[in-house]
Amino acid sequence: MSVSDMFAALQGALGQDQDIREEIRKVVQALEQTAREILTLLQGVHQGPGFQHIPKKCQKAREHFSTVRTQMESLKTKFPSDQYYRFHEHWRFVLQRLVFLAAFVVYLESETLVTREAVAEILGIEADRERGFHLDIEDYLSGVLTLASELARLAVNSVTAGDYSRPLRISTFINELDSGFRLLNLKNDSLRKRYDGLKYDVKKIEEVVYDLSIRGLNKEATVGAGGEK
Amino acid sequence: GSGGFRKRKHDNFPHGQRREEKENVNPSSALMTSFKSFQLELDTRHDKYERLVKLSRDITIESKRTIFLLHRFISAPNGEEILNESEVKLDAVRQKIKQVAQELIGEDMYQFHRAISPGLQEYVEAVSFQYFIKTRSLISVEEINKQLIFTAEDREETTNTTSDSHDKQPHTWSLKVTPVDYLLGVADLTGELMRLCISSVGNGDIDTPFELSQFLRQIYDGFTFIGNTGPYEVSKKLYTLKQSLAKVENACYTLKVRGSEIPKHMLADVFSTKTELIDQDEGLP
Repeated sequence: MSVSDMFAALQGALGQDQDIREEIRKVVQALEQTAREILTLLQGVHQGPGFQHIPKKCQKAREHFSTVRTQMESLKTKFPSDQYYRFHEHWRFVLQRLVFLAAFVVYLESETLVTREAVAEILGIEADRERGFHLDIEDYLSGVLTLASELARLAVNSVTAGDYSRPLRISTFINELDSGFRLLNLKNDSLRKRYDGLKYDVKKIEEVVYDLSIRGLNKEATVGAGGEK
Repeated sequence: GSGGFRKRKHDNFPHGQRREEKENVNPSSALMTSFKSFQLELDTRHDKYERLVKLSRDITIESKRTIFLLHRFISAPNGEEILNESEVKLDAVRQKIKQVAQELIGEDMYQFHRAISPGLQEYVEAVSFQYFIKTRSLISVEEINKQLIFTAEDREETTNTTSDSHDKQPHTWSLKVTPVDYLLGVADLTGELMRLCISSVGNGDIDTPFELSQFLRQIYDGFTFIGNTGPYEVSKKLYTLKQSLAKVENACYTLKVRGSEIPKHMLADVFSTKTELIDQDEGLP
């Protein structure tokens, strides 16, 4: 084979690669759009009246996730299934964002941490690598860390809205999450960098709980809304 | 009294307070159990990555040594011997690559690609350099990949693999060099060919430089054909490739112009001063 033939063949392979990337990029853009819509919807919980409508907002968000599932379905068809990590970078960011959104919905509904399997199911993908398009563990953990900072914000805003019991529950949850992450031996990569931010979220929530405690507001929450001021 | 002291201590050390809270976390809760499994999964993945990085480094070092050995081929009278020795060295490198292939059984190769890519590129450089010296042509990516299919026959050498070879384990392992790794390796090869060209003139070999400039031009044309279809690294190498090609072309020019005037035994001297000039030019910004 002559040198020019070889390079022509290589160019062909690289060109095909580029086409695949182009296709993936299109689907990922659509996914990003849906993720933004869900985020906007859930942002409503931070505003005063939003606290009463949490179940409704969650339900609406869940409806949007069906769009995500169809978009994921189309993403799967864009590249050979055994080359997930070759194109991973293209959807990594949006997948982490979607994990966060799913985890947020599940937290608002049940105040528990969504499992990896449950997120995979919500997004219409697999939890295991062996079974096809899957959720990488690092992406899952990144999404969970985003949830932590969102909850720190929620703790502050729930106090403003007069819900004094929520910060205490969030505090318990975040503390458990923090001890979970302490179990991991993280490498010096992006996940580690995100994890380093967790302590500030923990601190913020502890401050909120402290503010409530010294004013006796946490007791009021446990007694009931009709307690003394 | 002591209670107040304790309280102050707590205020000063919020960490102590936090640790107490930590102990309230139930170590067998669903969340903690799943994080324990995450710990295992991440550690396994990182360990594998580290093992692959180490293998890749070994492959790089051995490949580099092979290239140095092959540079001696030109000046040494015992050319055949050196070629054989390089073959032995490359076989050793392939044994390392076999270990890489075994690590990657059932894995997505691209997940660990960054760990092994430098080693593979260096191997491509070494093996294509040897191939060029032997056949004066460019080895194809298919040819390289054909040599990276390993069968279980080699088991006599590594007896420890017999213990864990169950029926489910495949009896062949293979590793595919990706087109991009191949391209980057070939781009490095051109640097070696440039060195080969300069040193061959030093030995009074007049034909090799022209042959090399011909060959390098073909590769350069190939790379320009690919242009920016490939990733960023490939375009970056194109610049160095151009410089190498210019050096070889200038060498051929010098030979052509002055070769007819100067007695052969003095050619080497003329040439070495010329290349020094080129190097100096390059040093300038």
